[in-house]
This record gives sequence, C-alpha cells and structure tokens, in this order.
Amino acid sequence: MELQTWIDRSTPSTGASAVRRLSVDSDSWHACAKDVAASGGRLFALWAACSPRKEVHAVLICGAVVLHLSLELRETATRYPGLAGIFSAADRMQRAAADLCGIDARDADTRPWLRHAVWPANYFPLAGELPPGISSRPFIDDYPFVRVAGEGVHEIAVGPVHAGIIEPGHFRFSVVGEKVLRLEERLGYAHKGIEQRFSQLPLLEGHRLAARISGDSAAAYSWAYCQALEGMVRAPIPARAAYLRALALEVERVANHLGDLGALGNDAGFAFGHAQFSRLKETWLRSTESAFGQRYLMDFIVPGGTHSDPSAGALAGLTACAARIAERAAVYHDIYSEHAGVRDRFEGAGIVTPQLAAQLGLTGLAGRASGQAYDLRVDLPCEPYAQLAVRKMVSREGDVAARVAVRFDELMESLRLVELIVTQLPDDGHRAFVATPPDGCSGIGFTEGWRGPVLIALTAASNGRIQRCHPHDPSWQNWPVLEHAVIGNIVPDFPLINKSFNLSYSGHDL
Amino acid sequence: MLKTLQQICRAGIVTESPPATDDTLRLGDGLQDRIRAILGRALCIRHVDAGSCNGCELEIHALNNPVYNIEGHGIKFVASPRHADLLLVTGPVSRSMEAALRRTYDAMPDPKLVVAIGDCGCTGGVFGESYASVGRVANVIPVNVAVPGCPPSPNRILAGILTAIAPPGVRSPHV
Repeated sequence: MELQTWIDRSTPSTGASAVRRLSVDSDSWHACAKDVAASGGRLFALWAACSPRKEVHAVLICGAVVLHLSLELRETATRYPGLAGIFSAADRMQRAAADLCGIDARDADTRPWLRHAVWPANYFPLAGELPPGISSRPFIDDYPFVRVAGEGVHEIAVGPVHAGIIEPGHFRFSVVGEKVLRLEERLGYAHKGIEQRFSQLPLLEGHRLAARISGDSAAAYSWAYCQALEGMVRAPIPARAAYLRALALEVERVANHLGDLGALGNDAGFAFGHAQFSRLKETWLRSTESAFGQRYLMDFIVPGGTHSDPSAGALAGLTACAARIAERAAVYHDIYSEHAGVRDRFEGAGIVTPQLAAQLGLTGLAGRASGQAYDLRVDLPCEPYAQLAVRKMVSREGDVAARVAVRFDELMESLRLVELIVTQLPDDGHRAFVATPPDGCSGIGFTEGWRGPVLIALTAASNGRIQRCHPHDPSWQNWPVLEHAVIGNIVPDFPLINKSFNLSYSGHDL
Repeated sequence: MLKTLQQICRAGIVTESPPATDDTLRLGDGLQDRIRAILGRALCIRHVDAGSCNGCELEIHALNNPVYNIEGHGIKFVASPRHADLLLVTGPVSRSMEAALRRTYDAMPDPKLVVAIGDCGCTGGVFGESYASVGRVANVIPVNVAVPGCPPSPNRILAGILTAIAPPGVRSPHV
C-alpha cells in the first residue's frame, strides 16, 4: 500500500504538531512499517504498555510526518509481529518491551536485555510494583554472548566497571591479535526503573525526572516532556519561553561538544586538546550558571515555560562568552586539522559508511557524520527553530574524523544560534499556566538533543498522575552501530571510536 | 607546533585554589586519621558509576580540567580499585550494579574511604528505591562522606574528597 494511504487514515495527535496517530491491527502494524521503510522512513522509537491495556507503539518518521502507530493486543495475547526485520534498531527496543511488559515480538532475539538476573523473569515492572515476598537480589547472570570460534581467537571482557570516569556497561570483544573480529555489548547495568518511577509521579512534576534520564541531555528531555504535556491540554507557551528553551538546548549542545572535542583529543594522545577544550567548557559552564543559575540545566525547563528568566546582563555575558569560545575553537580546529598524530588516529578509525548507517538507522550527530542528513530542528522544527534557519551539518566519511568535524561545525552553529536567540528574544513572559491533562489523554514531544533526537511519549492517568511515560534516547539506534564501527579496528582504538559516538548508558538503560 | 605553543602561553595558568573542607558532609569517622598518616597528601581515587544519570560524571570530569587541576593537589584517578585509597561513587545503586560495586569495594586495599556523590548517592534522589534501585550508596557499602547536589559543583566534590582525608574540625589541609 502507498504510504500516503496510511497517512490519510491517521488522525492528528496531541503533543508535537507533526504527529499523526494511527490505531492498527497486527497485520497493518507490520505492513505499515514496511511501507514506511520502503519510502525511506525511519523508526524513531518503539515501546510497549501493559496497564491498563496491552499495547505496542511505534513512532515512525516519514518526511514531514511523524506517524504514531498503536497496536492494541487482547488481554490474553503475549506476542505481536516484530519490526526488527524491517528496522534492525527495533530489536533491542522489542527485547526491552518484553522485559518490562511481558509482551514479546515474534521475531525477537529471546535473550533478556534490560533485565539482568536481579528480578524474577515472571515479574514485569510496568505491570505494577514488585509483589511482597518476591525480592530483587544482587546476582550476576550468565548472559549467553555469541562466541567467535577459530584459531587464535580470544575474548576480552570489559566492564561494567571501567578504567575511567564512565558509565557502567559491558563490552565483550572477540579478537585475533589486536584486531577486533566482533564486539558484543551487554547493557542494562544503569537500569534504575525510570519508567515505573514515572507512573508514580504527578504529570506536572515529571519534567524533573525527565531531565535526569540522561544528565548530559537534561534540556533536551525536559523540553520534550513539557512539549508532550502542553500538547495534551493545548496550552500555548509564551514566545519568550520557547526562545529560552531553544537557548537552553543550544547551551547544552555547546557544553557537550566542547567536552567531547577535548576528550577526543585526549583519547588521541593530544593532551593540549583536552586541556584547552576543558578550560573553554569550564568558562562556558560558569557563564551558563550566571545566566541560568545552574551549570547544567537540570531544572530550567518546566511545564508552561522556564523556571527562571535570565537577566539581560547575564545574557549579554553569555553571548560575549560564546564569541570568545568561537574565536578559540576556530584556532583549535586548525590545530587539530594540522596535527599529523591526531589526524592519524582520527582518520579511517571506526568507519560507518552512509549505506550501513542508513541500513542500521544510525541517527543524530553520528548519523550526520555518515551522510544521514536529518536534524529535527530543520526537518520538523518546533517554535522557535522555524525562525532560526538552523544549518544542518553533514559529512559522508563516517569515521572518527567526520564525527569530530561535525562536532566542530555544530559547535560553531550553536554559538551562532545562541547569539541569534538572545538578539531575537521576545518579551512576553517566561511562563504560562498549564492545566493538568485529563485521564487517558496522551501526547508526544521530541527535540534534537546534542546526541540526536530525543522523544517522550506521555499518557495521563486519573488524579493528575502519569499513566505511562516512555523516554527514547538516540543511543538505542546508535549502540548497535558501534558494534559494527569497531569491526576490523584494533582494540586500542576502541576508546577513541566509542568516545566519538559518546552514547548514553543511562538514557538507554532507563 | 608553534601555534600550539602560542595557545598554551596565551591560556596561561588558570588553576584556582581548592575549596575548604566541610565537616557537615562527614558521615562516619575513624579511618581518616589513619589514612592521612599513611598517605600524606597523595591520594588515589577509583570512580564507580553505580547507575547515575551521568550528570555527576560531567562534574567529576571537570576536576581534571586545568581550573580545578586535581592532579596538582596530589590526587589522581586510577584505573583499578587495587590501586585506590578512596572510592568515589555516583548514582542511586542499581540492582544490576550492586554486586559490581561491592566487588570493587572489596578489591580495594585497607584502609579505604568512600565518598558518595550527588543527591542520588546521598539519598537515592529522584529515582528512590524500587525493584531496580537499591537507593543510596550507604545501603550497599560504608560511606565516609556524602556530597549532595544535582549535580554537585566540582568545588563541592573536591571539598568532599578533601573532607574525607582531613581530620574533623580542621578547615582545609591544603590552604
């Protein structure tokens, strides 16, 4: 069937403006996803719900339309047709849905994903709280990794505690000599029950937890959450609030890109890069604190607008700081580009070709470094991005050097946007009243965080509480691609390649 | 090369003085005196993220920037718990990390110190206790100093670390 036919059947949804909702049966669920893929569409997120009804949801991006498919299952049903054969990134999302809701995809890898052996296999966290008498316990499970056989092949097991200041996760390398034949990731160590926790919170307080799904993307998540919430009650926010939110998102992007550019220099053995960029980042965070009252924007974006309203003086300080950083970063960019040792480590390491990136659904910053020219700020702009004419930064090389280059370009673009936003800042207040959404109402919000597209799907329960809140991090799409990116590289290049993606563990493990 | 050297000279030395210690962050006591006697001013830290949102990690990373310059104070992050005197723990402890955290603690030589970082490390924070979270770090291993904040600033983290190795009542061993 034509994609347009599916879109015609769908109805406009609440939340972000481009979202259309379509309730489907099992056959249409699979068929529609197939048609979306055939016309170049992408899978944004997939999740399940098991209370009060069993449902599976998928959000697909088809050009300027965001299609939200919902498949309601019978009370007794435990299986549905999976989408992993169409969108390979769906596989781990389906495994997570099985762990949390007890609803299995027919085409899934049957190994648990987020559930380690710490809670019983017949307990599904999103169906309710742990029944008394059954307790979680620390237990190390025997996860069946895929074994690589052959003469001289051996395994290197790394993590969950790493030799640095890093989040927890396990990497199993199969190597011959120094060369990586296969990498298999085992994630879920940072799983702390975020989705169950959401359903214990009032709708008007969920943004605080949303900001802490992945601390480096606090503005991206809290904005997506508020967008979903405000869409549910069609609450308009002041134009100034929208501009301040965009400012927060760009401030967050600048901080993360500065940190990564330094860390990437460090991983290439260039201590100068680390020292200079971490110094710039510190300057930026202090300027951020002067303007927003916080170094990291964990509590800035709130329902109805923003928590505070930065003073004109503080904003002038921020733009002056942005100008100084742009000037320094341009010089450091030249130094990185001219340094033979740095280039030797960056170029050709961890290549993901545009073809492979498209096939695996590589998204966000890493995707743009492999020719996947998508950026929600440009493709599906919410206010005020439609007014800002964001320039999309793309490379086709797909190696560490390309991911560094895209970071440099996006850093400069975000610094330009910071100045532009401050110049254009409207003056109509920073916060409006938002009513509590009624029972059963649902909404979707999304933003282009520094790492990639972030989504929040929110459903209201009675008494102003959250029924279900599903956060989606771009790391879901990109972790599996990292496994491909390191094939054929040497083990010592893994930290550099890994850093060039800089994926979230917490945002993925939930 | 010349450009690189020019930039180094241009930036100059940006390191600031460390913060004063803070006795209100102190939880337990007893070990600190012994450790200080043994270690003097050299301290090796092992960090474990036991399930944090990665916000605290960003600020711990900042300790290594030239402004806080933690290595300049004789403190460094090490790659193995067997080399560490102090364990810096972030996050509510996820049930999936509980065993790994305990093993890391057990692998450290005695005497050892533990500093819990962030609201989550202190109390479980917004995540609390659940089927997947054990809550605060002290629910799993003994904690000497707990530094609240979401995330705490690098200065607060550094104050927490310095408090752990300073005798009670003395403002700062470094200033």
